[in-house]
Amino acid sequence: MGNKMDNKTDKVIITVVGKDTVGIIAKVCTYLADNHINILDISQTIVSGYFNMMMIVDMADVDKKFADMADDLESLGHDIGVVIKCQKEEIFDSMHRV
Amino acid sequence: MINIYEVNETNNMIEKDNLDVRTITLGLSLLDCADNDIDRICDKVYEKITHRAQNLVKTGEEISREYGIPIVNKRISVTPVSLIAGQAAKSSDDFVKLAKRLDKAAKAVGVNFLGGYSALVNKGMTPAEELMIRSIPDALSSTDIVCSSVNVGSTRDGINMDAVRLMGDVILETASKTADNDCLGCAKLVVFTNAPDDNPFMAGAFHGVTMPDAVINVGVSGPGVVRYALSKIHGADFETLCETVKTTACKITRVGQLVAKEASRMLNIPFGIVDLSLAPTPAIGDSVADILCEMGLEHAGAPGTTAALALLNDQVKKGGVMASSYVGGLSGAFIPVSEDQGMIDAVEAGALTIEKLEAMTCVCSVGLDMIAIPGDTKATTISGIIADEMAIGMINQKTTAVRLIPVIGKGVGDRVEFGGLLGYAPIMPVNAFSCDDFVNRTGRIPAPIHSFKN
Repeated sequence: MGNKMDNKTDKVIITVVGKDTVGIIAKVCTYLADNHINILDISQTIVSGYFNMMMIVDMADVDKKFADMADDLESLGHDIGVVIKCQKEEIFDSMHRV
Repeated sequence: MINIYEVNETNNMIEKDNLDVRTITLGLSLLDCADNDIDRICDKVYEKITHRAQNLVKTGEEISREYGIPIVNKRISVTPVSLIAGQAAKSSDDFVKLAKRLDKAAKAVGVNFLGGYSALVNKGMTPAEELMIRSIPDALSSTDIVCSSVNVGSTRDGINMDAVRLMGDVILETASKTADNDCLGCAKLVVFTNAPDDNPFMAGAFHGVTMPDAVINVGVSGPGVVRYALSKIHGADFETLCETVKTTACKITRVGQLVAKEASRMLNIPFGIVDLSLAPTPAIGDSVADILCEMGLEHAGAPGTTAALALLNDQVKKGGVMASSYVGGLSGAFIPVSEDQGMIDAVEAGALTIEKLEAMTCVCSVGLDMIAIPGDTKATTISGIIADEMAIGMINQKTTAVRLIPVIGKGVGDRVEFGGLLGYAPIMPVNAFSCDDFVNRTGRIPAPIHSFKN
């Protein structure tokens, strides 16, 4: 893979972990909107003072390569001071759904 | 839909507990490279490996990126070279020439190791196989990433004691030829009984003759994950203990299965097996010995160790077979000493001896692994240790192996550093009583009876 994501159910899990600060969600969402990436689900908690967010996004109609998006978000996270990680949904599905 | 707790659980396993896919191993048949000229074999082998494995490393890195899980090694296993060069090789030097070309091919495609500098001599050696075995010290000292294995016995065939005796000499010679490199050659050399055809782990991987042209085998790991899961159930009963190991093993193996399927699809090479071994690394916490301690032992090696390890090994298999339809290789818990900080600590505390390790190998996968012994150990003593371990495998219908490192110039109390995944090891004492007259007998130990199980 690494080429265009032509698979219809290309769900990607984005996790954001770091020190809570103003505008984390806004910045991530802006990036996603700019790249036509649809958000399917967001959940967020604070774990021992740390901001912890998970997004499920759909990349079915997105031209961008997965690796490029992952790199972009990683450096965006670096700018905000949080760790942003992108992973295809299958790893979680295969581990937690029999 | 997947929830945040499940996502965090998986990512904690990866980030905190060292969950990784230990290896994607491409098994490659070299039977079609056989020829009666050694140079032509070398050319054909180089061509085939560099062609078929050209995308292996890149694919592994892509999968790692997509799922956010480290894939530590990309490896190749090939048909035992004694079979493909048997007709052409007129001397041990011819085999060494082939070893060097394998090393070059493996480096050209960027893999970490290549296994299959091997011979299967359960019931006897052909002249070519003997030449190949005698070439091992030169082959391992003049290459970097080629791994060698020799299968000297099986439950069906018995034990080839001539090969066992020869391997004692070969191991010592390999140690002395790599003496200025901490005898590292011996870390790339395994003696087996009942060696599996589809093992993705080094140093013992080779591509069996019953296998297709190419196949993808994946080895998962994750002792750290099991240890963490057990740390939350201190004092619980055995049912809870077993259930926890089983569930964790299942989760780990599911990831291996996913990676194997994806690699197979991307490389257009059939998926072979997932090897669900708990393979420790020197990283703190990524230790099989620590799992045993988590179960309630002060150190690995304390009374109860064999029972705890038997339980662990069995539950890992039970959890793993639920997660993948094609489980194979060595599947179980590995107990290498130098690669496992908990085992090293146990040896240094005086809790763990070679004899106890031998008992542990009766109930876990593989055998006496990555054990440093004094450099002045006699070849016959090494052969005696090999014979004991092979007998355990033969009688119990399981794979057993020996990877001993006689450290030239060092003795008990010293340490040897291998670096990286191989770690470091304290030199362990070896029983010094002689077995010369036993080992020096020629011939075979016959296959065991398959009835009257007692």
